[in-house]
Amino acid sequence: MAVAVKIPVTLRPATDGESEVHVEGETVAEVLDALFERFGELRDRISDDGGSLRRFVNVFVGGEDIRFLDGLDTPVADGSELTILPAVAGG
Amino acid sequence: MAAEKLKCKECGADYPLEALYVCERCFGPLEVAYDHSRLDVGAALRRRIQAGREDIWRYADFLPLSGPPPGPGNREIPLAGLPVGWTPLMRADRLAQALGLRNVYVKNDAANPTHSFKDRVVAVASARARELGFATLACASTGNLGNAVAAQAAAIGLPSFVFIPADLEEQKILATGVYGTNLVEVRGNYDEVNRLCTELSAEHDDWAFVNINMRPYYAEGSKSLAFEIAEQLDWELPDRIVAPIASGSLFTKIARGFEEWLDVGLLEGHLPVMNGAQATGCSPVANAFEAGADFCQPVKPNTIAKSLAIGNPADGPYALDLARRTRGAVDAVSDDQIRDGIVLLAQTTGIFTETAGGVTTAVLKTLAERGDIDPEERVVLVITGDGLKTLDAVRGSFAQRQIDPTLESFEAASAHDSLIARALV
Repeated sequence: MAVAVKIPVTLRPATDGESEVHVEGETVAEVLDALFERFGELRDRISDDGGSLRRFVNVFVGGEDIRFLDGLDTPVADGSELTILPAVAGG
Repeated sequence: MAAEKLKCKECGADYPLEALYVCERCFGPLEVAYDHSRLDVGAALRRRIQAGREDIWRYADFLPLSGPPPGPGNREIPLAGLPVGWTPLMRADRLAQALGLRNVYVKNDAANPTHSFKDRVVAVASARARELGFATLACASTGNLGNAVAAQAAAIGLPSFVFIPADLEEQKILATGVYGTNLVEVRGNYDEVNRLCTELSAEHDDWAFVNINMRPYYAEGSKSLAFEIAEQLDWELPDRIVAPIASGSLFTKIARGFEEWLDVGLLEGHLPVMNGAQATGCSPVANAFEAGADFCQPVKPNTIAKSLAIGNPADGPYALDLARRTRGAVDAVSDDQIRDGIVLLAQTTGIFTETAGGVTTAVLKTLAERGDIDPEERVVLVITGDGLKTLDAVRGSFAQRQIDPTLESFEAASAHDSLIARALV
């Protein structure tokens, strides 16, 4: 299933400058894996050694923080949007 | 000036002093690093500070501009803007007495131009933004920041955009719109506003979002609170600070200010015990503190303390670490305790604070009742905003009588409800 992944500016050097990438996957983890397969450099940037997201990375599905959903197991419907953003803004 | 570079707080990577806020390598937050090796510390520096302007720029050596402070003497940024900071530190003996303590001070940051501590961070962010050539200011705000950005933008003649959650207190909306900003109400909570603005800042990279792409500079402004407290205590450290936590930036930067002055020898001793204050309806940092976690699980805010309603606090992990290493704590109080806190502060100090100050006062009370504070300790309560911003919080908290303009009418009313006898707490 095709999912649109929005890439933050900080990561665009690792996606050949693309701000939106379409990949397949049924959960957040699968979508991210597909993304990492295309752009290998991304894995280290947003995942830690154990495969979890780094602590200052926020991921949203359809505008909702995945920590309010099922985390990396959150299902991602066909045609939905996954957004990766830095967590350090605001306040 | 002494600001040297930006440094990632997570992995230590260095970056130039530009409009950057995220580490490209690990997504960690960037912070300004200084080189104070050429500073003539000691009595000379003290005297220079004491002879300085009565605003935050008296501490220019510890703030992140590359040139001198804004003002007529600065060709690059000649408009000084709103003077901010140098707010009163008041001995609060009646509050102390009510809590069984002896040395309580209130740092009243409601005495800033737009009546909250946010004027400090905006003054620094907007000055740095002008040095970097930005011509538009913007922010994601829970209300107080919007006031400060709109006012500072008006003072320095820049257009501004203020993004707020649509359910904010009317007072904060009116006190922002009046400055002629572009006020955008977002149908969502603050965390959603913040997410939108993070995305927007990437699309409008010619805008200085004070708390996003300018965040490393913005956050430095909060150090001036620590500098002032130390200077107002005759160059001594307090034993304990009680301050509110929303994103955790203010809380951690107060400590950073003390640390910098300890490092250069302007102060002696050790960091005060740092106590953070949150509302139960939005307490991700207090929850993590209680659970022994080193990272915050985000929450959906539901509290009258809207200026603290950040469910996903950017500096949460650093606030947790600071509270733990200073043997402090992060506590949360209910909306009723917040209202009582506002009343307690008003009726013992004459300072009317907004809900965030109610949170902080209520946490001080909790700590005192719990026996966490030695009565002899010198405690500073950081009051960050004015009660006129959140009037609804005190509606119904007292009774008043309406009378006819006759002596008889007054006597009858005062006999009825002991109007005169009802006084001190």
